[in-house]
Amino acid sequence: MIVEATGLHKAFGSTKVLDGVDLHVAEGTVFALLGPNGAGKTTTVRILTTLSRPDRGSVRVAGYDVVREATKVRGVISLTGQSVALDDQQTGRENLVMIGRLMHLGRPAAGRRATDLLERFDLVDAMERRVKTYSGGMRRRLDLAMSLVSQPKVIFLDEPTTGLDPSSRTTMWDAIKELVSSGTTIVLTTQYLEEADRLADRIVLINGGRVAASGTADALKSQVGGERLDLRFAVEADLVRAAALFGVPPGTDPLVLGVPSDGSAEHLHRVLDELRIAGVPVARVSSHRPTLDDVFLSLTTTGRTPVQV
Amino acid sequence: MSTIAVHGGVRNAVSDSMTMIGRSIRLSRRNAETLVMSIVLPLLMMSLFVYVFGGAIDTGTRYINYVVPGTLLLCVGYGAASTAMSVADDMTSGMIDRLRSLPIRSSAVLTGHVVASVVRNLLSTTVVIGAAVAMGFRPDATVTDWAMAAGLLLLYVLALSWLAAGLGVIAKSVESASTLSFLMLFLPYLSSAFVPTDTMPSFLRAVSENQPITPVIETVRGLLTGTPIGDTGWIALAWCVGLLAGSFIFAAWLFRRRTHG
Repeated sequence: MIVEATGLHKAFGSTKVLDGVDLHVAEGTVFALLGPNGAGKTTTVRILTTLSRPDRGSVRVAGYDVVREATKVRGVISLTGQSVALDDQQTGRENLVMIGRLMHLGRPAAGRRATDLLERFDLVDAMERRVKTYSGGMRRRLDLAMSLVSQPKVIFLDEPTTGLDPSSRTTMWDAIKELVSSGTTIVLTTQYLEEADRLADRIVLINGGRVAASGTADALKSQVGGERLDLRFAVEADLVRAAALFGVPPGTDPLVLGVPSDGSAEHLHRVLDELRIAGVPVARVSSHRPTLDDVFLSLTTTGRTPVQV
Repeated sequence: MSTIAVHGGVRNAVSDSMTMIGRSIRLSRRNAETLVMSIVLPLLMMSLFVYVFGGAIDTGTRYINYVVPGTLLLCVGYGAASTAMSVADDMTSGMIDRLRSLPIRSSAVLTGHVVASVVRNLLSTTVVIGAAVAMGFRPDATVTDWAMAAGLLLLYVLALSWLAAGLGVIAKSVESASTLSFLMLFLPYLSSAFVPTDTMPSFLRAVSENQPITPVIETVRGLLTGTPIGDTGWIALAWCVGLLAGSFIFAAWLFRRRTHG
């Protein structure tokens, strides 16, 4: 485990932000910390990256303690925060060289590293322009490039795509995937389920400063049940007859009946045939696969106990 | 250890500071508007006093010769305000977190701003003195006098820059940093910068004679134009050294507190 956090507690004044968070991140994987606003994601990242001290609990990153060996931890990690940390009045290249110099790369090496990163993030055309002229997507890319100057072992990304348009988001995702393929460990926070689903090997869902669930995206999804067919009827009487036919209880919507399914065409045929034979007219059929949204909603709206999948 | 040689040693600390100084100077240069305004405003004040009010103010000497030291200190105040704002900008944007997550002494960011502030002041002081000479300022100082005046001003600039850096650290936003630095801009008006203090009501006079700016101005004026200095030189020096030490400790302490969460 390259990141190991146990029993993290943190309060600001009388507000409890973290209430016993445990995290284990395996080397070379993408780990997503998923949760709604105010769940404690950013506070967790700040503790993992030495910016904030936990009130209780301990964290080791690459074997170093984040409180006692903060400098050593800083030597192997990088952080891309929620707000883009760039100098608007410096060019993209100058920003990168500055970080390289702070990492004591020496002027020529810092320059080479900047060039490499500018090429990799498709910013070569803009490198001599001041950052204030960059688009939102370009700024995010440069911001990510800034955190790669030091060739960190673990990269922390706090909501890397919040506020980006869909195409910039995809570019960012590609950049993140490329990083993982080169062996870097990534810890990211997000409030987008799709993002966690696409990128993460393992997801920890936090809510109200506690871990609500953890596991792979698939494992989390299977927790809220399998696929189903949603049958919509014109009148409630039809739904009642269909419910009796398939032996499933009516749901909250008086016109929609959810029938468990294995997702095959075969099953769909059988359901429709049975309805036709019984003379129950069905208006619409849709198939529903559980998404992380379902997990998210079911876990963040009720005060459930943590589930380990 | 990481693949990159990091942290520790005076050499790295110096190198980090040099990088941050280079950055701050570059940012100052590109923020030309602020730089120009911090020189133009004091120049305007000087012209206003010399050509409009000066004729009516009895200073016992030619007014232009009287007003130059005060204008220089006014410039330092404007410069400090922009230092406070730059520091606040770094502290409230993501920049400080980025720097803190690097294996460096992140306080180098303050050193960068303070040194850039000194460089900006060097420029504004030169411009103001040049303009003053064009307006008829005729100092009768020896090289030693000039050097002593420059040394005292440098101490004052450093003191105010560190004070500004501290204000920038506590400010919750760039705007509030600018508000906090108001005092530094206002103090020169409550001193002997533009008018002799003996015409002020006794309360104000007590304030203006016992605040740090008056002895600094009196000393610089004495060195440049030969007015009597007496022991104000020592008082000015004591103020500057005290202010510098206090401001430095204030800024460093606040920075530590703000960055140890």
